[in-house]
Amino acid sequence: MVIKTKSGSESSILSVGVYRPSRLVPNSEIVDAIDSSDEWIVQRTGIESRRIAGADESVVDMAIGAAEQALLRAKLTIKDIDSVIVATITYPHQAPSAATAIIQRMGNPTAAAFDISAACAGFCYGVAMAHDFVRAGSAKKVLVIGVEKISDFTDPTDRATAFIFADGAGAVVIGETSDAGIGPVEWGSDSENRDAILMNPSWIDMRDTETQLTKADVKWPNITQEGQKVFRWAVFSMSKAALKALDSAGLSVHQIDAFIPHQANVRIIETMAKEMKLPDSVIIADDIRTNGNTSAASIPLAMDALLAKHPELHGKLALLIGYGAGLVYAGQVVKLPPKP
Amino acid sequence: MALSAADVLAGIKEIVEEVAGIPAASIELDKNFTDDLEVDSLSMVEVVVACEERFGVKIPDEKVTDLATVGDAVNFIVNAAA
Repeated sequence: MVIKTKSGSESSILSVGVYRPSRLVPNSEIVDAIDSSDEWIVQRTGIESRRIAGADESVVDMAIGAAEQALLRAKLTIKDIDSVIVATITYPHQAPSAATAIIQRMGNPTAAAFDISAACAGFCYGVAMAHDFVRAGSAKKVLVIGVEKISDFTDPTDRATAFIFADGAGAVVIGETSDAGIGPVEWGSDSENRDAILMNPSWIDMRDTETQLTKADVKWPNITQEGQKVFRWAVFSMSKAALKALDSAGLSVHQIDAFIPHQANVRIIETMAKEMKLPDSVIIADDIRTNGNTSAASIPLAMDALLAKHPELHGKLALLIGYGAGLVYAGQVVKLPPKP
Repeated sequence: MALSAADVLAGIKEIVEEVAGIPAASIELDKNFTDDLEVDSLSMVEVVVACEERFGVKIPDEKVTDLATVGDAVNFIVNAAA
């Protein structure tokens, strides 16, 4: 007996949608808790402000906001979606997934749905998987959502992270197209450096601490980061990974129109661009300046902002690269979605 | 290959000028990267990586904080290359 298999088609990003929390927090509001200044933060990160979600803006709320906008722009409804991938590290339930909460609330409770944990690289991992699902015939239209409410897992007094991270959600619909709209993924890990970005303690350590010590000693799992180590890896290894993704797609830096890296730090983005020798014709996303580092949400948020500012980029080629805790990374060339 | 301290200093001057925009003439052995030259922690990473490539040595992350002055960096690189 032979097992029958399926095959699909090429795929493209059909649309992008976002949810930006309503509260914009300038540096001046956070500097006292970390004994810093607006000038210091801007010089080291380029961040002038960030968006922080309120109590009525949960991970699922924000994800649905972004997904609804992406569906509207693609002239689709949630019923047209057969698979939902959610990239997040801040959904505060171990199980069931954020993805199942999203499909239930949006009204397509039977779609395939799951979360992935690849931190700031999560969106590009999701895009790679969605593309492969469509090519393999496992799905026809996939919703990929990057969403984070990192403010729930950030210590506002931590001088290494408090000014960097922010909240938000971005989503894309990936569907069948006759031409290739998504290039091969270049992905991998540097797990020797998995302690460079951590969320500690574990739930188990936290529970055991709670039973042994007083409540005041219990530490919530907040994010920590070794800035110099991450900067070095991000700039010098990720620029090489991004160039490999370009090469895998059979393109050079002169043949792309935009560069949309994970919005980790303006200094990282600028130094990467210099290392990669990107020509001036390539427009570089810098959404981080006003919206902070939103981890898995940063690339679709930056994509949306770039298209709003440069509508001529609709349908043009962009190089994406996500990288973060793990350390893990993924990058690919994509054709930006058409004008809705 | 053994490197001379003078060659390393000359190379570091060029690198710091390129990365941080500090005139090479003001870069001397006793200058502190942070306090005197105002090279911040991220620019210091760029300086370190450029030194690694130029002099063919490895400068681990945990050593970077020990390199307070230009002279510390020259000594480390000369010894690492010896």
